[in-house]
Amino acid sequence: MYAYDEIDRTLVNERVSEFRDQVKRRLSGELTEDEFKILRLQNGVYLQLHAYMFRVAIPYGTLSSDQLRRLAHIARRYDRGYGHFTTRQNIQFNWIKLAELPDALADLAEVGIHAMQTSGNNMRNVTSDQWAGVAPGEIEDPRIWSELLRQHTTLHPEFSFLPRKFKIAITASDHDRAAIKIHDIGLRLVKNEKGETGFEVLVGGGLGRTPFIAKTIKHFVHGRDILSYVEAILRVYNQYGRRDNIYKARIKILVHELGIEKFSREVEEEWQHIRNSSLQIDDAVIEDIRSRFSYPAYEKLPHMPDELRQAAADPAFEAWRKNSVAPHKVQGYSIVTISLKPVGGPPGDATAEQMDALADLADKYSFGEIRVGHEQNLALPHVAKRDLPALWRALDKLGLATPNVNLISDIIACPGLDYCSLANARSIPIAQELTRRFANHELANLIGRLHINISGCINACGHHHVGHIGILGVEKNGEEVYQITIGGRADENAALGNLIGPGVKFEEVADVIEDVVEAYLALRERPEELFIDTVKRLGVEPFKERVYATR
Amino acid sequence: MTSPLEQKKIRIAGPSVVTANRTWDGAVIYRTAARNWSADLTDAAIVRNSDDAKALLAESVADDLGAVGAYIAPVQVDDDGTIAPGNLREQIRRTGVTIGLPVQV
Repeated sequence: MYAYDEIDRTLVNERVSEFRDQVKRRLSGELTEDEFKILRLQNGVYLQLHAYMFRVAIPYGTLSSDQLRRLAHIARRYDRGYGHFTTRQNIQFNWIKLAELPDALADLAEVGIHAMQTSGNNMRNVTSDQWAGVAPGEIEDPRIWSELLRQHTTLHPEFSFLPRKFKIAITASDHDRAAIKIHDIGLRLVKNEKGETGFEVLVGGGLGRTPFIAKTIKHFVHGRDILSYVEAILRVYNQYGRRDNIYKARIKILVHELGIEKFSREVEEEWQHIRNSSLQIDDAVIEDIRSRFSYPAYEKLPHMPDELRQAAADPAFEAWRKNSVAPHKVQGYSIVTISLKPVGGPPGDATAEQMDALADLADKYSFGEIRVGHEQNLALPHVAKRDLPALWRALDKLGLATPNVNLISDIIACPGLDYCSLANARSIPIAQELTRRFANHELANLIGRLHINISGCINACGHHHVGHIGILGVEKNGEEVYQITIGGRADENAALGNLIGPGVKFEEVADVIEDVVEAYLALRERPEELFIDTVKRLGVEPFKERVYATR
Repeated sequence: MTSPLEQKKIRIAGPSVVTANRTWDGAVIYRTAARNWSADLTDAAIVRNSDDAKALLAESVADDLGAVGAYIAPVQVDDDGTIAPGNLREQIRRTGVTIGLPVQV
């Protein structure tokens, strides 16, 4: 956990007072909606179909148990008893009243949470690997650098009115769990030949209407130079980014239009002006941030405790352990992913009761710490292996032990037309039906790792372009129609999926996905060949034939 | 910022209403013939030509304090006068999400 200092606390509290005054002036008529809109967006407040939506930042996906309890309190006191975890490690509340928002913000501020820069054309929540600091083989904890960037970019005047929103993700592991290649800037921690810590910097990734995979702009930027290098990228973007056309305003378009070589030359030139300035980071600054992250006092524990050996006789426990428990960098401990994808449930939703109970379980079994992943699941990052059976029993009672992590029913989905004012089609009911179709865990395990991503419009909040199977809802002649892509992925080998054919109706989507999966099972060379690898080997055609032969 | 009235020419293909979200809580509301707002679609003023739609929208937008984001939405009116939303989006705004909520209110 990171401990905020007095500057952070003051800043957050001042923002609450400021927003309270702005809401008061809006409700009295002193501010028009046109004047107020940019202010509410700077505090994560959108207007959706049924109500205001309030998006709260969870920096680099790390929460304390007290913070999770406070989110539960917000859900219960100001909303309808649940929250929705998003693909950028935030949480959204769907039914909040504008008049009550200042009080909600004040309640959050008491535990160091806020909603600054969760919307608007500024630097959004810096995201990272939900296993940061505990993943085996990690270069170092990427949250230290995430926090550095968070501090530098929060309320930074030069980055508060960018051409469009701007998202950064950081990873420090070989396997990319932070989806850095679909971000405006992706940072991958690496060591150079001297053993110094730095970053491979990628730029221009993004989905939406015009999807691009990020390109490497520099293979190594020393850690001490990362602020100046990121700032150089932002300055070039701020200068040349399109402000005349919202659809062409993201940095991915600029990188594409200039070409990565010209773009990188512009950045390099800008960087030379600022790299030897106050932006160069003193080691002491990094050490100060590092010192504010507290790490558990791990015990020396056996690799295979008796409790785990005994519980292995229970097939239900073993199914969950094999699916949801991952190795930890410290012997005797595990990382536990908590699926928020129950059969028939909306992906990423958690009730206030579940949040409270999880906070208690985090206190009991994970040193009071919870993580949020971009896949819309949660994780307990420090669970002693001896505690896994007890934790599993407790999670099962809460409906939080579905052993489907990374399987076909672990679906990423945006809120879609059920909530979102931008959506053209529903996402959640499609996801729910698919989880029912593939509820059988033996079948899901037979299929193996397969990511389905669903978006209810071209803005791609459900990351459909990078789903192994992507589903995009559009509106055609007043009806919901869904385009299916296959072959996308969001990891270190990120790729965009390819369309398999004409769109299909709402009622047909689950049948089509079943056909795609059946085709895969028939086409794979061996059980270990994953869906994504079969698609890579054979291309779209055999799947297209299977789906459209009888339609 | 461009007002909704200036954004595009207003053309309607059938009976329509003006809808918005209530400022203080964001609830779905409809403009009434009495120049007020109601949470009930059946209270909505119905317009049937573009000039009337434009006029209704103009006076709705003028109430910046009471409502946010007013726009024209299609409705279906049966022979007996029953009003129903004209598309799925408006149906969902009227009756709520099409899924079971995690917590029943």
